[in-house]
Amino acid sequence: MNDCLVDINDLTIGYYTQHKKLVLVLQKVNLQIKPGETLGLVGESGCGKSTLGQAMMGYLRTGSQVLGGSIVFADHDMFALTNKQLESIRGRQIALIPQNAGDSLTPTLRVGKQILEAIELNANLSGADAKDRMVELLGQVRLPHPEVMAERYPHELSGGQQQRAVIAMALAAEPEMLILDEPTTGLDVTTQAHILNLLRDIVLETGTAMMYISHDLGVIARVSDRVALMYAGEIVEDTDVSEMFASPAHPYARGLLESIPRLTLSGIPNSMPGQPPIPGTLPGCSFTPRCSFASDLCTNQPPDFDSIPGTRHFVRCHNWKEVLATDFSQELQQVFHTFKHTTEDETALELSDVDISYYRPGIMDRIQSKPQPTPTVSGITISVKRGETLALVGESGSGKTTIVRTIAGLLPARNGTIKFEDFDLSVEVDRRPMEVSKEIQLVFQNPDASLNPRHTVAEILDQPLKLYFPHLNRDERRERQVELLERVRLDGRYRLRYPGQLSGGEKQRVAIARAFAADPDVVLCDEVTSALDVSVQAAVLDLLADLQHERNTTYIFIAHDLAVVKAIADRVVVLYQGRLCEVGAVDEIYSPPFHPYTETLLGAILVPDPNHEPQLLASDTPELAPPAKGCSFQRRCPYSLGELCEQETPPWQYPAESGGHKIRCHIPIEELSELTRDVGLDHINGNNAVDGSSQVIVQTKSNVEIPVSEPEKRGGLP
Amino acid sequence: MVALIGRRLILALITLILISLIVFLGVEALPGDTATAYLGQMATDESLESLREEFGLNDPLHERYLNWFGGILRGDLGESMVKRKPVVELIGNRFRNTVVLATAAALVGIPLAIVLGVIAGLMRDKWPDVFVSTTSIVGMTLPGFVTATILIYVFAIRLEWFPAITLVPSDVPVIELLPNIVLPIITLTLIMVAHILRLVRTNMIDVMVSDYVQMARLKGVPYWDIVFKHALPNAMLPTINVVALTLAWLLGGVAIIETVFNYPGIGKLMIAGITDRDFALVQGIAIILAAIYIALNLVADVLSMILNPKLRTARGH
Repeated sequence: MNDCLVDINDLTIGYYTQHKKLVLVLQKVNLQIKPGETLGLVGESGCGKSTLGQAMMGYLRTGSQVLGGSIVFADHDMFALTNKQLESIRGRQIALIPQNAGDSLTPTLRVGKQILEAIELNANLSGADAKDRMVELLGQVRLPHPEVMAERYPHELSGGQQQRAVIAMALAAEPEMLILDEPTTGLDVTTQAHILNLLRDIVLETGTAMMYISHDLGVIARVSDRVALMYAGEIVEDTDVSEMFASPAHPYARGLLESIPRLTLSGIPNSMPGQPPIPGTLPGCSFTPRCSFASDLCTNQPPDFDSIPGTRHFVRCHNWKEVLATDFSQELQQVFHTFKHTTEDETALELSDVDISYYRPGIMDRIQSKPQPTPTVSGITISVKRGETLALVGESGSGKTTIVRTIAGLLPARNGTIKFEDFDLSVEVDRRPMEVSKEIQLVFQNPDASLNPRHTVAEILDQPLKLYFPHLNRDERRERQVELLERVRLDGRYRLRYPGQLSGGEKQRVAIARAFAADPDVVLCDEVTSALDVSVQAAVLDLLADLQHERNTTYIFIAHDLAVVKAIADRVVVLYQGRLCEVGAVDEIYSPPFHPYTETLLGAILVPDPNHEPQLLASDTPELAPPAKGCSFQRRCPYSLGELCEQETPPWQYPAESGGHKIRCHIPIEELSELTRDVGLDHINGNNAVDGSSQVIVQTKSNVEIPVSEPEKRGGLP
Repeated sequence: MVALIGRRLILALITLILISLIVFLGVEALPGDTATAYLGQMATDESLESLREEFGLNDPLHERYLNWFGGILRGDLGESMVKRKPVVELIGNRFRNTVVLATAAALVGIPLAIVLGVIAGLMRDKWPDVFVSTTSIVGMTLPGFVTATILIYVFAIRLEWFPAITLVPSDVPVIELLPNIVLPIITLTLIMVAHILRLVRTNMIDVMVSDYVQMARLKGVPYWDIVFKHALPNAMLPTINVVALTLAWLLGGVAIIETVFNYPGIGKLMIAGITDRDFALVQGIAIILAAIYIALNLVADVLSMILNPKLRTARGH
């Protein structure tokens, strides 16, 4: 077995709580990685995947300890080495690329200097040679103008650029093994697709082995040769990537894959009930309580991690034969369901020509009557029907959250009107009448931050009840609280818990219950599922659809995951740099003709299918401020017509007779349809290309033209 | 950045004008005036009136304020009627003495606090941390005059190493002051170390568990390089403002300590001014102290801006 670069044997890691209770994080993990291989390590939050990644570097979080087993990397037993020996291996032979690149770069040191440090430490170069290597590395990770970038401080780079700088740092000594811990989580889809392409190229070029840790099965499908699936501190399945996605043998793998919203199937997928146990607390298989195949054997006896005879497919399940006997692709078709809800003709919310700016002129600016900068969000005209779900889609900085915050009354609109029934919503929330603010409620992305940790669920739900229904007495409010919890499918006993005692999905349910406590007409959902695990996400989407059905609530739904949008939205608004690009019903948006930006977004989507390759149309160069004139997408558009697009605001074009679908572009509709047919967005329309559909990536000419943004230009955006 | 500093300077000037107004009106609101204070309770109405006439105390309020503030801008703080001397002259040497004491105390106390804070932060919850943290808290909690008294008892009376109180006049050369400032320095250091130390300690702890320090560790950077290159500069940034406030506190003349040690500094002068109802003197000292606070805060903000790349390149609003 010594052709392995990494050999992990029966690794068990745990820590003792303050009460001297042992909590396991990993149990009996066995994993081998060969030189040059790319292993994808998947699992939901808390399953121990990051701990495993760090352990491979010989690093344990304070308090954690190895309780058994070993990690052998290139003939070094990582937990038998001295600190000095570890320092000489880390960075040199094995390097880690962390999740949050922005936090992983020292803020007071220039980017180039930090990379130089890694080179001098690990690559035995110094002086001018080291400098040359640094510039070479920055070029290798495709950062524009490497010399300029090297002089920047970390905060002067965008998220994608920071991630590239960290990758360059990890590559400094050409290590044999790279561990990547969720390196693209939190990046825009287009940036993510670019970074993943870069990583694939690096593997091809250098022959580095990689372990890619992610919760995102689309990402794993894109980068891995082999996939290991973790559940509650154990590896439950380990096989090559095509096998894993085509016929997984563990019920958990199936459940996970089934709960992902897909572009090819319409509706909301089934969710997986329950949540993982603490590792090592169940006598039998950890997955038993959530498993539909479970038998008495599963409850009492833990399954072994065995290979399916004659294959390299390992699975930890007593019933793998039965699991494999059911046809997975058939099953996948069946789990999707749609909610029928009615959209009324009555308009719930109407935005006309809304401009929003974060710029607040100071006293001096007012005295000098300085011209105001171009507004962050401009010219937004949308109307939302009662009972409709309108999705706002776009990369970070596209103004989705800004618009929603303005509707909620957290920001004033600079120009234009926002009408809700007969009320004008252009003013901030404290100047709106109570009965109007009651009707518009907001659910935030991160329930950890939006629920007060020192309030019980009852107190959290009590506040809107007291505020909007002052006539209710204490007992009536308590009844309402229980009723609300039941509506979000939580037991009434949850009233007395604190947010800290709830799981992520439960917290988000409480946050949704709080919004619905006001019995609102309009609910604004800002990335409500993006902090949740996929298995929980489907359940929350389900719940939202259900709640909407009950009272015909109107939703404005922000999501960066276009598959989630497809699952839940009726209509979609595509935004770029605070400007409208395309508006239409969900089917119109997801099929040609596309606005070039919509096409770019759709092309970059990663699908949980190893045969799918994303289409990178535009570069992922970040823009700091919208252009003052012309089309907002002019600088990144692969089809830019030059001067026309730079000078003239593009007109609205209406591809369909009904006029519901509109695209803002200078290129005539017929040509747009032609263009978009060539780039192969087949996966969206259900014809999964099995041959790998490896079309030539359209090289953007804007790649070259986009000037490196000067640091002076920063700060224009919040 | 130059524009930003310019804007801060204008703001500082406005603050100073506001403070001068408050100081002036505050003193004005006190019962009695310089004349009654000077002549005492036995003064006749005529003598009071002639004195008021002489010093222009009967002029309208705004005129007196403008006169006074104009004087400040020219470096004239008015005349002490009690001592019959220009305030500037009274303050001169006393302020020098306070600066000597403050500088010496700062040179000892601030580096000590930083070093101890770093050690405590790096060795969190181990005995050096517990020892340093506890001692510094005790030092901070004990009232200054108690510490001073204990020190005087041990080092001046028992060991006779240093003089118990200062007996030299305020205008002696600096060199003659030196033996007198040792005990005040120790006292001041004990009081101020804890603030800075605790801040450095918490920042160091935070920074050492930050993602970038973890990253440096996984990059194979040696421990002390991590501490000095990656951790310390980031841990020090938030302490600049506290250091500036401590300096301002020292330069303001710590009245109690100066009184206990009979040290001829500005703090003791101020106490004397208040007991003597020497309004011009109190006003003058108040305006100088305000100017010191404003200036040091300004310096601290500019320094943080220069040292913190995030603030340095942030433009606009």
